[in-house]
Amino acid sequence: MARYLPVFHALSVMVVLFALAMLAPLAVSLLYEDGARRAYEHALLVTLASGSLLWLGTRKSSAELRPRDGFLLVALVWTVLPVFAALPLLDQLPGLSFTEAYFESVSGLTTTGATALSGLDFLPPSINFWRALLVWLGGMGVVVLAVAVLPLLGVGGRQILKAETPGPMKESKLAQRIIETAKGLWLVYALITLACILAMKTAGMSWFDAVVHGLSTLGLGAFSTHDSSFGYFNSPAIEAVAIFFMVVAGLNFGTHFLAFRKLSFTPFRADPESGAYIAVLALSVLGIAWYLSANEVYPSFWTALRHSAFNVVSIATTAGFSSTDFGKWPVFAPVWMLFLCCFVTCSGSTGGGIRMIRAELMVRQAVRELQRILHPRAHVSVKLSGQPVENNIIFAVLAFMLMYGGSVIVLTMLLAASGLDIISAFTAITACINNTGPGLGEVGPGKTYATLSDFQTWVCIAAMLLGRLELFALLVIFTPGFWRR
Amino acid sequence: MKILILGAGQVGSTVAESLVSEANDITVVDVDATRLRNLQDRLDLRTVLGSASHPSVLVDAGIEDCDLVIAVTQSDETNLVACRIAQQLFNVPTRIARLRATDYLTNERVLGPECFDVDLAICPEQVLTDYIVKLIEFPEALQVLEFAHGKVSLVAVRAVQGGPLVGSQLKELRRHIPSVDARIAAIFRGDSPIQPEGDTVVEAGDEVFCLAASQDIRQVMRELRRMDQPVKRVMIAGGGNIGLRLAVAIEREYSIKIIEYSKKRCELLSSRLDKALVLQGDVTDEALLDGEDVAGMDLFVAVTNDDENNIMACLLAKRMGARRVVALINRRSYVDLLQAGQIDIAISPAQATIGTLLAHVRRGHITQVHSLRRGVTEALEAVVHGDRDSCRCIGRRIEEIDLPKGASIAALVRGDKVIMAHHDTVVQADDHLIVFVTDKKLLPKVEKLFEVSAGFV
Repeated sequence: MARYLPVFHALSVMVVLFALAMLAPLAVSLLYEDGARRAYEHALLVTLASGSLLWLGTRKSSAELRPRDGFLLVALVWTVLPVFAALPLLDQLPGLSFTEAYFESVSGLTTTGATALSGLDFLPPSINFWRALLVWLGGMGVVVLAVAVLPLLGVGGRQILKAETPGPMKESKLAQRIIETAKGLWLVYALITLACILAMKTAGMSWFDAVVHGLSTLGLGAFSTHDSSFGYFNSPAIEAVAIFFMVVAGLNFGTHFLAFRKLSFTPFRADPESGAYIAVLALSVLGIAWYLSANEVYPSFWTALRHSAFNVVSIATTAGFSSTDFGKWPVFAPVWMLFLCCFVTCSGSTGGGIRMIRAELMVRQAVRELQRILHPRAHVSVKLSGQPVENNIIFAVLAFMLMYGGSVIVLTMLLAASGLDIISAFTAITACINNTGPGLGEVGPGKTYATLSDFQTWVCIAAMLLGRLELFALLVIFTPGFWRR
Repeated sequence: MKILILGAGQVGSTVAESLVSEANDITVVDVDATRLRNLQDRLDLRTVLGSASHPSVLVDAGIEDCDLVIAVTQSDETNLVACRIAQQLFNVPTRIARLRATDYLTNERVLGPECFDVDLAICPEQVLTDYIVKLIEFPEALQVLEFAHGKVSLVAVRAVQGGPLVGSQLKELRRHIPSVDARIAAIFRGDSPIQPEGDTVVEAGDEVFCLAASQDIRQVMRELRRMDQPVKRVMIAGGGNIGLRLAVAIEREYSIKIIEYSKKRCELLSSRLDKALVLQGDVTDEALLDGEDVAGMDLFVAVTNDDENNIMACLLAKRMGARRVVALINRRSYVDLLQAGQIDIAISPAQATIGTLLAHVRRGHITQVHSLRRGVTEALEAVVHGDRDSCRCIGRRIEEIDLPKGASIAALVRGDKVIMAHHDTVVQADDHLIVFVTDKKLLPKVEKLFEVSAGFV
């Protein structure tokens, strides 16, 4: 057990920091006098106490974190913190079971945005703020996880470009490098969030709505203050602002960081993902708009374009907001949107799914196989940004795709076996493993995950965690070899 | 002139060979004793065994009173260091280095006085690549040369029955294409040169050298033969330095297949090339050539570092139906055997590459020297400086200039203007003259003409 002391020590620090984050909703509660003050005080005390006890218990370990410990730490952070995050929800919403509360907070911290709550408009403001803050903090963790941590552990999309140093720093020690990289990324993340909040306020939201939606837009989770999400505002200006920032949040924050530092757009041009990401989004928005107006869902093309733009971008980038009940659209449109959310977002963004970089690699690998059939003696290399990609990385990506497909099938079967209809089961898993939020059918945009049974909810929780930790980082913990010396 | 040549490889020995005949005092340095012995057996020069960048070796070779260092060893770094040492320690006035890496070549400060201080950097692979690219652009030409920064081009074309000018007198050219000012600089029939006059009749099979402003060159060539289809598909045999450079240079415009034997090299090729198709195999493998449709190729270029392989691959490709085949051949005897045979063009790397280098060695203000017809003939570009008194050309009409028979001034470049030389054209100061010399023996006399007399500083 002593081997894992450094892991728990690091975890204790995270728990204490997380307790401090609860001061924010406490302040909001005081400001709005919504009567939820008690809930945060209790939660804060419990969290702080647990964190401190753990810290005291593990403080004797002075060992350095080993790269392999990173897997365990990451998994623990994303499973333990939601327990504390659920405390205020349990306190304030008497009818809520622990399963639902845990689902809600996992959904927040994995930036999924699937909710089990309804009647959002009548919740205490501080609860809505707390949910959005969870998404934002989750996004922060995800960005650092994807850009700084996972590449060091040898999994995740970005290790494909080995030569690229993800962050600005090249310190020798693992922890130090992560911290330095994280600082730069978080600054960018915070600046963009601030810009988003201000833009939403300017576009016509109230300050409170702007803050909540700004936080959850950047995290690409879909927690809103209203049951009808962005449909509540019914304002093209607000939707335009949201579209822009969802697209921004779906790009690699490492690239944002470089662009900020150089004050130029060249990093995006050099980035292998950005171009394909924007192209797929733009084509899909136009295609769906045309499809909707051709099927006379909306009276004019422009109305169709407005709804298509918002909902397609929102689902494809795995945010999951909606401006209308797209579940009622002819079935091709929502299915296409859910298909997009599987692969569109860039690695190092707050989105989820396979990531564009892996999708591009797979397409190129397929082209390579075709060429090999035509020219048996040909040497074709798969390239990203002009750099050849080694075969073992292609194999790793293939394995990832296989695991991804396998996970979707197994989890869907579990839901179906527990009595859910197959459309709801499949879309719920797709939406959860890609950290998108709404699916179709029982879990469609107009509905919530509250109708699921406890077992089904836990399956969805597992899907969200699997997707967020890019499968391998979580699954490796369940291999016997991981626990052996 | 005292010349020190560092490196007795392909380039080094060719340079030595061309310079030895021009009455220079030459010393060659190399680490390989056999190479040096071979060279000494053939040519009248001195050799020193040792590393070309070691000062003691250089002193042995007589660097202290030498006028020119030509560093052409295999290693870029040795060449650079030798040039620096030659400048700093021994004050050698002119230093020439052969450099392969583009990184050195593109960075001016590396070659500048604060760094390695190289007067002229030559890259034989690049020169050859440019040569072949030109041949792809002008598939009808045997050779394409550029003067005055590309303003003037000289092409060698084989006259073919059916060209409008073939079978008629040269003065007809003016009537055929009145808008173009072109000039037939020389004609070779069989192996002997014919001095082109107005009433010379062009026969099919003649090798005709025409000079014109670069944008007009296609029109002139059309007079001598039917134009071929433009090249679209190219197969490169051999993925070495030249093959790779060539593929990189043209893969955007043409469809390229490149064959390379070494698997490792194939990996490198496929990582450096975006569009070209890299094939692993033997360049003389009939099944591979057939499978990759060599019959549909507009051009087949063999650029492996093995003469026999290149020749065989080209012969095979030609027989299998490739439209035009080009082989890189180092041995001069092979070149003479093959030209005008089944292989359409034989390129001699040594002859193609040493032109720029020779220009630097020559006296006078000669800026370009191109070897034509395997080095028998030369075309050179000279800048005339001074005034009517100090230079024997300036202020005189072309007919007044005392050129030896067999040499002719073909064109002048004045600023941005290209002027075809007529008997009454007057040469001005700072003109670039393009001179055609049918026999290399006349060179010293020609060079003398462009020298500025001692009174002029």
